[in-house]
Amino acid sequence: MPAYLLEVIVLVLGFLMLGIEAFSRTGSRSRVAQFGVCGLLVVFLFLFVVDSDESYWNVYHFDNLAAFYKGIIILSTLMVLVMARDFAPVLKRYTSDCNESSGIGEYYCIPVFVCCGLMWMASAKDLITIFVSLELATIGFYVLVSFMRRNVGSLEAGVKYLILGALSTGFFVYGIAWMFGSTGTFELNEISKVIDSGVVERAPVIFAIALIIVGLGFKIAAVPFHIWVPDVYQGTSMPVTAYLSVASKAAGFIVLLRVVEPFMKSSMTAGACILLFSVLASMTLIFGNLAAIKQTNVKRLLAYSSIAHAGFLIMAIPALEKNFSLTLQGPNPIQSISFYLAGYLLMSMLCFLILTIVRVSSDSENLDSLSGLGSRSPLLAFSMTVGIASLAGVPLTVGFFGKFLIFNVAIQYAMHSGYWFLVSFAILGATAGFYYYFKIIKVMYFNKPKDDEGESISVNPLSKFLILSLVVLVIISGVFPNLLMSFL
Amino acid sequence: MINIIVFIPIIAALLIGFLGSGKKISLLASGTNLILGVFIFFELIKTGGKEIIYESSFLILETPKLALSFGVDGMSGILILLTLIVTFCAVQVSPEKGPDGKEKLFHISSMLISAGALGAFGATDMFFMFAFHELALIPTFLMIAIYGHGRDKVAIAWKITIYLGLGSLVLLGGLIALYSNLQGSGNPTFNIAELTDLAQSHPISDSLQKWIFLSVFLGFGILVSLFPFHSWAAPAYAAAPTPTAMLHAGVLKKFGLYGIIRIAMPMLPEGLASWHGLILVLLLGNILYVGFVTIAQSQLDKMLGNSSVMHMGYAFLGIACVNEIGTNGAVFMMFAHGVSIALLFALCGSLRERLNTLSLNRIGGLSGKVPFLAVTFGFAAFASIGLPGFANFASEVTILFGAFKEAQQISSLQITAILAIWGVVISAVYMLRAYRGVFQGESDRSLTLVRKDSLPKSPIVILIIILMITGFFPNIILSLLHFKP
Repeated sequence: MPAYLLEVIVLVLGFLMLGIEAFSRTGSRSRVAQFGVCGLLVVFLFLFVVDSDESYWNVYHFDNLAAFYKGIIILSTLMVLVMARDFAPVLKRYTSDCNESSGIGEYYCIPVFVCCGLMWMASAKDLITIFVSLELATIGFYVLVSFMRRNVGSLEAGVKYLILGALSTGFFVYGIAWMFGSTGTFELNEISKVIDSGVVERAPVIFAIALIIVGLGFKIAAVPFHIWVPDVYQGTSMPVTAYLSVASKAAGFIVLLRVVEPFMKSSMTAGACILLFSVLASMTLIFGNLAAIKQTNVKRLLAYSSIAHAGFLIMAIPALEKNFSLTLQGPNPIQSISFYLAGYLLMSMLCFLILTIVRVSSDSENLDSLSGLGSRSPLLAFSMTVGIASLAGVPLTVGFFGKFLIFNVAIQYAMHSGYWFLVSFAILGATAGFYYYFKIIKVMYFNKPKDDEGESISVNPLSKFLILSLVVLVIISGVFPNLLMSFL
Repeated sequence: MINIIVFIPIIAALLIGFLGSGKKISLLASGTNLILGVFIFFELIKTGGKEIIYESSFLILETPKLALSFGVDGMSGILILLTLIVTFCAVQVSPEKGPDGKEKLFHISSMLISAGALGAFGATDMFFMFAFHELALIPTFLMIAIYGHGRDKVAIAWKITIYLGLGSLVLLGGLIALYSNLQGSGNPTFNIAELTDLAQSHPISDSLQKWIFLSVFLGFGILVSLFPFHSWAAPAYAAAPTPTAMLHAGVLKKFGLYGIIRIAMPMLPEGLASWHGLILVLLLGNILYVGFVTIAQSQLDKMLGNSSVMHMGYAFLGIACVNEIGTNGAVFMMFAHGVSIALLFALCGSLRERLNTLSLNRIGGLSGKVPFLAVTFGFAAFASIGLPGFANFASEVTILFGAFKEAQQISSLQITAILAIWGVVISAVYMLRAYRGVFQGESDRSLTLVRKDSLPKSPIVILIIILMITGFFPNIILSLLHFKP
């Protein structure tokens, strides 16, 4: 079965869901979500049977890495649908005046279309395809972010995301134009050949790279292109926050890796790229971690933590340099980043699932809404502790192994190049991480619940199953990382 | 076998989570574990402790070679035994339920701290040795933040977490630099024995060793409360609930010293040599500076916390000798100090429970009211000072022998050792003053014993007996140690 059928199936799934939504009677729309979850599960299983290492019409490439990221994207869409179903009571209030569910059917369908775009991004190896697939995903996100149209915060988030997203797209397209102008091709493989042949000028190529990094830096939430992240994460609905922080970031990273790799390997552009990414990584690590310390809104805290995680990931990019990759012990930077992102999917989704449930039951997004979760729902509190511990990088969780791989690459690169400042920023950042992540654990177990929230929280079976399996996966793949590594 | 010992507390923690009845399950688990540990210890005495026995390995990753492997030789055997003894006693003195009326979290945390220590000492793979130690970070944080004493317990919990987190990240950096430089042509590995062999056959260049050692040493040093990174320790132990203080001060803190002896010394000998002067200065900071700080304490629990920081200086002195006797003395010291400080914290916890205050100015004249505590505290104080007959004396003497071994002329090491001997005087001053303050003289009139004695006698007696047996027959421990610098 050719791999591009995966995207086709996802697209058809999206249309089918829209159809069900349109022709079903008023009432609960949760069947649309259930259908979507089942469909995505089937697509995920198809991932293992399609022909690997094929490329089609020079625009669609399916290799191991693409399959890995497609897996991440499909799974996160699936979890977002589960989350969206739990979130429906809150969503209803902000979409129609009479508290009906008629307005929320699209909320389950659009993520599937976005998923299609993100999956395509993982297979794109030329700049035009990258641009088209990126826009397919981003336009879906514009709608999703501002979906709660009667909520001011959500609208504000929508406007911010739209304006800054459009701006970054502008930069990206401009970068593509410069790249085409100076090398005469859109294809990344061709570009690397042209650069190696030495017939192109250095300055325009580097200018083009810088512009493209601005565009992609927006997607992966790198400082200084992160301005939108805290406000959008805070303003929009919880499932979309999760979707932005996991799937959108993963797709952004695979594109970034594919775009940057040829330039890292070429001696003409490597120096400038390394400098760019070192600066980017330092700023992202410092800003993300330090700004997270003071946050009191859970989503805002996770937004900054998401920036901080991007910092750790960018830290490994300079190590793609050609001379260094021969001396590296252990997994290479791309494997390390991919492992980290897969781990990030597990732990981040775990936290967001729990936060969604808490959000629905307590109607607040402050850190205080988690107060006394330890006594209100020991299961949720324990699962949240596992997720948070993993985000903080406590050993025997997948987050630690991911961080270990990144540090492994970064420290060896520092010994090779002398860029020790990156490692020291990362160590300071990870230490700060202990503080702001443990703050969440402390609130859950230490603070007393508010009077009106003393009752226990009920969790529907599907979410409970998902939460428990994520807890198990976070721990199992932290102790036996081979489970994930074997796919890379 | 070692893997069973490590996983019993983890399983116990899971069982407590599902079933409740925390104290019974943890008693059962730690009791079973102690029996297994004693069995292993006798097996070690039989084999001499030179080779690693009871090896088990489970391959987790092909490249780099990462295996969940456990095993025990003399040094790790002694520390595992220490962990099991202290865990068993800590579980016995811990209350049925936490102060908030819940029992689960309290006992789960104790079990996880114990599992972390056991895994760290039992692992023969550098990655898991590090990982297991970090496992104890969250339970320690929760225990101090939720069940601790004092008004600023939350701030103290943050402090210890951030200090230990920073220490372990610096350490992680050093360990990664170490392992990636220690690779031959084959598959990169994390196995400690293989890495040690590689370090001897292909030593790292001196200039690189210097910096890797510094990072590893500071990382481990922060975990052992090395001066000037010691300020987390005393308040944390004062604020922690009794079992946590016993486990952390008695066992978990020794991980840093264990790591230095197991990893830094054999793999980075030149690094140690180039920072030798710095180590001597820092350890004097531990013994003399923290010693004077200890004298100035007016709270019994703070004083004990500081004294445990101070005694770490002697272990560092043993390491700084860089010879077999000194290092063996340091390991012996870790054992002796672990038992004695656990004993002191157990007694101190009982006093706190019954008096609601530990201010040395207010309490006094308790020997008539609590004779058992008075006698046992006396034993513990004498042990801690280092009076002959207790393990602490034997270990300190061994360390000093190490410092003067083959010393043709007086060098900086010997001067440091001579200054360090004054530490014994300092500890005599604060321990005897504390004893006089608590048990003799007059007490504040308003002070009354608020509760009945809930302290079980057996763990206290066990700990004292162990201190005396190993004090009279130090060869039980020393014959198991074969460190070759």
